[in-house]
Amino acid sequence: MLTLEDLIVRQDAFQLTANVRFDTGQITALIGPSGAGKSTILSVISGFFGAEGQVSWRGQPIAELRPDQRPVAILFQDNNLFPHLTISENVGLALRSSLRLSKDEQQTVEDMLQSVGLSGMGGRKPAALSGGQQSRAALARLLLQDRPVILLDEPFAALGPGLKQEMLALVRERALADDRVVLMVTHDPQDALAVADQIALVDEGQVFEPLPTRDIMGNPPDALRRYLGTANQ
Amino acid sequence: MARSSRSINYPHWPGAIVIALVLMLTLGTLLAVLWRAEGLGGLGAAEWAAVRFTVVQALFSALVSVVLAIPVARALSRRRFRGRTLLITLLGAPFILPVIVAVMGLLTVFGRNGLLNDAIALAGGDRLSIYGLGGVVLAHVFFNLPLAVRMILQGWVAIPAERFRLVASLGSSVWLMLERPMLRAVLPGAFMAIFLICLTSFAVALVLGGGPKATTVELAIYQAVRFDFDLGRAALLAAVQFGLAITAALAAWFITVPEGFGAGLDRVMPRLDGANVQARVVDVLAISLAAIFLVLPLSMVIIKGVIGLPDLPASVLSAIARSVSVAAVSTLFTVVATVVLSMRGGRAVSLASALPLAASSLVVGTGLFVIVQPLINPAKMALLVTAVMNVLMALPFALRVIAPAFERVETDYGRLATSVGLRGCARLRIVILPRIRKPMGFAAGLAAALSMGDLGVIALFATSDQQTLPLMMYQLMGSYRTDAASGAALVLLALSLFAFWMFDRGGRADADA
Repeated sequence: MLTLEDLIVRQDAFQLTANVRFDTGQITALIGPSGAGKSTILSVISGFFGAEGQVSWRGQPIAELRPDQRPVAILFQDNNLFPHLTISENVGLALRSSLRLSKDEQQTVEDMLQSVGLSGMGGRKPAALSGGQQSRAALARLLLQDRPVILLDEPFAALGPGLKQEMLALVRERALADDRVVLMVTHDPQDALAVADQIALVDEGQVFEPLPTRDIMGNPPDALRRYLGTANQ
Repeated sequence: MARSSRSINYPHWPGAIVIALVLMLTLGTLLAVLWRAEGLGGLGAAEWAAVRFTVVQALFSALVSVVLAIPVARALSRRRFRGRTLLITLLGAPFILPVIVAVMGLLTVFGRNGLLNDAIALAGGDRLSIYGLGGVVLAHVFFNLPLAVRMILQGWVAIPAERFRLVASLGSSVWLMLERPMLRAVLPGAFMAIFLICLTSFAVALVLGGGPKATTVELAIYQAVRFDFDLGRAALLAAVQFGLAITAALAAWFITVPEGFGAGLDRVMPRLDGANVQARVVDVLAISLAAIFLVLPLSMVIIKGVIGLPDLPASVLSAIARSVSVAAVSTLFTVVATVVLSMRGGRAVSLASALPLAASSLVVGTGLFVIVQPLINPAKMALLVTAVMNVLMALPFALRVIAPAFERVETDYGRLATSVGLRGCARLRIVILPRIRKPMGFAAGLAAALSMGDLGVIALFATSDQQTLPLMMYQLMGSYRTDAASGAALVLLALSLFAFWMFDRGGRADADA
């Protein structure tokens, strides 16, 4: 399990605290208003932002590790593919950062591309693919990194509703197969309802303990009501 | 509390070595010259005259360049005509033009036997002399008028088209409502940038200046080392030069210097105020005179150069080989040093951008000779020292092009690269270098052209078997072999432009992924 213990993130006047744990085999949606610190929490877990307190994976502290040494793979809001590399090279980076892949590794990349529906597109540059196909390629690399914690920082926000649901379903199918922890930032409650097992609200400088999606959406706490705009209903 | 991407992903030592070298070459060489000097003494009348002349010529050069640039920039901003894009491209050319070639071109038009004086003589007037303050300012205006036009044009094209429509619909004055406020914002920066460039000019003063009334500080340093080997005087003058340049750089720091290399200059503003006959005449005159002023000297270099080619001495081939070798080495090291400094970022870039601009290239060269003298015969090091100097002098310009591009790639793709474990050389090879090919090619082109045309420290120390092409050309001019010098000018011009084109094109090829 992934644990954030007595975590305090400070950025100028902004402060965010977290004391939560995320279990494996579950997708957790982090929802909350803009500027609440949803993406910042993912940056802290992935090692791009420093914080006080402890971040642990299966009881082992990981806060001192470099981003690539952590048991974490992440998809950002944008720029998830290098535009000058082919799709195969982009995906192959997950296996070998020098890009000097063996025959077996090249085959693994091909297999992964096939499994996300990009068979035969490995030689193309990202600009030659549609938005949905680019997202699939980024997801292929993420899966091939084979890390137990997957962080999704609204990577599908630019896609249309249909494609977005398709990608989230693919995440659910592929990412949870190996008993991973998946944290997904979203500001859209429909995304959370569609794919998340549980929801953690981020608001008022705090990451709240995650609760099962059905429970929390059926009987939202005050902070979530305010965020959803249903406080007076 | 964001983690520094630079400290995680790149080693510290390469940047530290480059910074140490920049410090050693700028401040260290000054100290070496001071150490060898047998006492500093004070500034005598000749030195004060050099300081006065340096400041006065830089002030006049900047003032004339900026004032003349205003009508040209305005005309370019509101007129569409055939050749407009070519003219705007040509405005970037003087930066990569060898100074000695441009001076040669100016001499063919404004010199004692030039076209202008021939016309004056035909009309029965007395021939004018190009030597002295007037000639130095004329040459500086030739180099910096295009830069000023580009800076001011940037201000004009930055005014949104809707503002012009709004002013027209209100019946207000374009000058009062839009142009005057824009010029107030842009002109001080353009003035300071050109003032700073002219402050450290050497080759122009070497050819068109000289004598007690027209000696710049840089030229006085040359004379102190070359003719008197008075290191104390050279060091004192270098300190003065350093002080002047730092003061001007600080002043420029507080005034935002407009961008002169920016894109989008070929946009034409749809305007109603330029439709009357008077405005048309003013614009046509401004564009025509500027084009003639820039194109005529260069055309003369080409025409006279073709005529002079057969007169070139046989030694021109070895001079070309030396110039090409020095340019190749200095280009390679300029690009490597720039990328290494960009890896480090922050204050390293600021320091390496500022110090070489303030340093006197002649004092750096002298200091290097003082340092290596106990170990090796300095005369054998002339070409190596020239290459080192060229790297140092090209560094600020290359950094200005490459460092922001490097920063952009790190901002856009740095986290992705880090998340897949790309660090150090692999990060450079796979992510950074392919993404900065265009600016790297442009910077390499600038460095190659600047190095190819450099007539600085080589003039101090080269022996007869170490002539580079600019030095050979200068010596041919000095011995009144004008035809041969014209031929050398043409070869040098072609080599400089080709070097720039080759690297710039190399960077652009397949760069758009």
